[in-house]
Amino acid sequence: MSSPVLNVHRLKTAFATDDGEVTVVNDIDFHVNAGEVLGIVGESGCGKSVTSLSVMGLLPANGKVHGDIVFKGENLARASDQKMRSIRGNEIAMIFQEPMTSLNPVFTIGSQLIEALKIHKKMSKKQAQQLAIAKLKEVGLPRAEELMKDFPHQLSGGMRQRVMIAMAMMCSPQLLIADEPTTALDVTIQAQILELMTKLNSETDTAIMMITHDLGVVAEMCQRVVVMYAGKIVEEADVVSLFKNPKHPYTVGLIRSVPDMRGKKERLYSIPGNVPKPGSIQTGCQFAPRCEHAMERCFQETPELTSLAEAQKVRCWLYVESKGEGAVDRTIS
Amino acid sequence: MIEPLVKVENLKKHFPIKGGVLGSTVGQVKAVDGVSFTIKKGETLGLVGESGCGKSTTGRMLLRLLEPSEGKVYFEGKDILSLSSSEMRKMRRDMQMVFQDPYASLNPRHTVEKILEEPLIVHGMRNRQERKKRVKELLEVVGLSSYHAGRYPHQFSGGQRQRIGIARALAVNPKLIIADEPVSALDVSIQSQVLNLLQDLQKEFDLTYLFIAHDLGVVRHISDRVGVMYLGNIVELSTSEELYDEPLHPYTQALLSAVPIPDVDVKRERIILKGDVPSPSNPPKGCAFHTRCPQAMERCGSERPAFQEMKDGHYVACHLYG
Repeated sequence: MSSPVLNVHRLKTAFATDDGEVTVVNDIDFHVNAGEVLGIVGESGCGKSVTSLSVMGLLPANGKVHGDIVFKGENLARASDQKMRSIRGNEIAMIFQEPMTSLNPVFTIGSQLIEALKIHKKMSKKQAQQLAIAKLKEVGLPRAEELMKDFPHQLSGGMRQRVMIAMAMMCSPQLLIADEPTTALDVTIQAQILELMTKLNSETDTAIMMITHDLGVVAEMCQRVVVMYAGKIVEEADVVSLFKNPKHPYTVGLIRSVPDMRGKKERLYSIPGNVPKPGSIQTGCQFAPRCEHAMERCFQETPELTSLAEAQKVRCWLYVESKGEGAVDRTIS
Repeated sequence: MIEPLVKVENLKKHFPIKGGVLGSTVGQVKAVDGVSFTIKKGETLGLVGESGCGKSTTGRMLLRLLEPSEGKVYFEGKDILSLSSSEMRKMRRDMQMVFQDPYASLNPRHTVEKILEEPLIVHGMRNRQERKKRVKELLEVVGLSSYHAGRYPHQFSGGQRQRIGIARALAVNPKLIIADEPVSALDVSIQSQVLNLLQDLQKEFDLTYLFIAHDLGVVRHISDRVGVMYLGNIVELSTSEELYDEPLHPYTQALLSAVPIPDVDVKRERIILKGDVPSPSNPPKGCAFHTRCPQAMERCGSERPAFQEMKDGHYVACHLYG
């Protein structure tokens, strides 16, 4: 059993707005083991991106983090700015959805790549450049030497995302947070990038926290999965259990909503209603208004995340027998 | 044989590239470079392809939102490219469009009622009472309520906004709806609602769809026939079952194998294409795909393959089959 590199405990992230405080991430616990790929899935507004920004300490000024984010024994939620700077881009790196907006358009690829090395590893420019060229080759970019002098706009979307990955891998981080890394890319390019990330994950010791809304990407890449809905974790499972034996009605609905490429169904399953806006809190289970299994209790009390099997946890009253008897396993459709 | 609702012949769109001091044309972006297809009445034709393949441009040319550079478009046997702009405006009563981004395609300063009324006014429904009634009807048809009429677009969620976009297209009782990536901006759970709605409406109003999307799963689900586009050409066209189960063109095969499937049991042989899509301003000679094709032969670099029927209704443009 590998030990976790990241341990998040009771994380709560709220934003101060004109309409009062809005809680976007509401009391979540999860961990990322060394070398694994953890998927965080959910629809827009469920808090998955805010979770990653909280870990990185990149929240806007009105955002506030409560709880513990323990990375290698250090609580990032309480770390100083200086400490965070020495970790970011060095031990934890991040790649974003839109590579064009995350690269600086007025600097060459080369100068952006070696920036982290100069700061974190105190390398000379020459050494750094050599390493940068090596990394560019590692992520499968041709003519790496010339590319160092190119500007971001001269590259295609897929190449830019490869540059972003090279940049993130520059200091060989222990944890790579990838926030929808392939959402903006075409499928054939997405396949290239996913293959590259799988390769990097198996060759280096870097754990990946993969944030995505695409269940296909999850099935392909991840070993463990956390499903989020309205700021809470509703299910946590290893990837096989999640797809073969999903427990939470939301997970079940989500998997059934995806049109299958391999066969045609007359009608798609759909979850009624809308994705709730962040901060729209109601009592009881957040999913209850859209849930076809909802009982009276669901609207009154909030269920806890309960362990069902060794690696599967679910937040749903369906799996809780009356008081204090722990969880029961059952299959819903 | 029944006359198809839409017949497209050798349709092309070349955008000029202006350059130099005098702004002369120095090149051309061949966004769509000779596509031909038909859409039968009541069916859904899907067009898939990656960004820049010309699928949206093709959709826009059918409505003449973009003027084609070359080619013919027949709607119910009538050559619509010869129509004057006022005749074309009348024609658009029969052909409507649903756009990708429901945030950008609805006027934020108009109420839903005003948005839905506009096509009715344009197409000559004078009576205000009648229009109000029709707006209510439309809202209910797409699964919203009549009290939504007084609200503004920003008060709706993405899925609801797309429903308004669909209601607007339906307002004039069109025969053909061109849906350009109608569900790509939506969450999975909302996407399935909108897809189901589109299918229900098709049955109810006997609609014909041209469904443009990049998501192969979505396209298979909704389409009767599917065309695959690459660099301004349709490379393969067939019924959706046949295209997905027995793809012929190497590009279709690679495209299908690249889609991640939400099933942990599936272990597929994946064809990873090298490199990026070439620029449409300077497409490769011969078959446009030969630069990335794992099965390219010498002939592919010099000769453009013809788009021909291989099996009954299964068309492909590839030298492997000719």
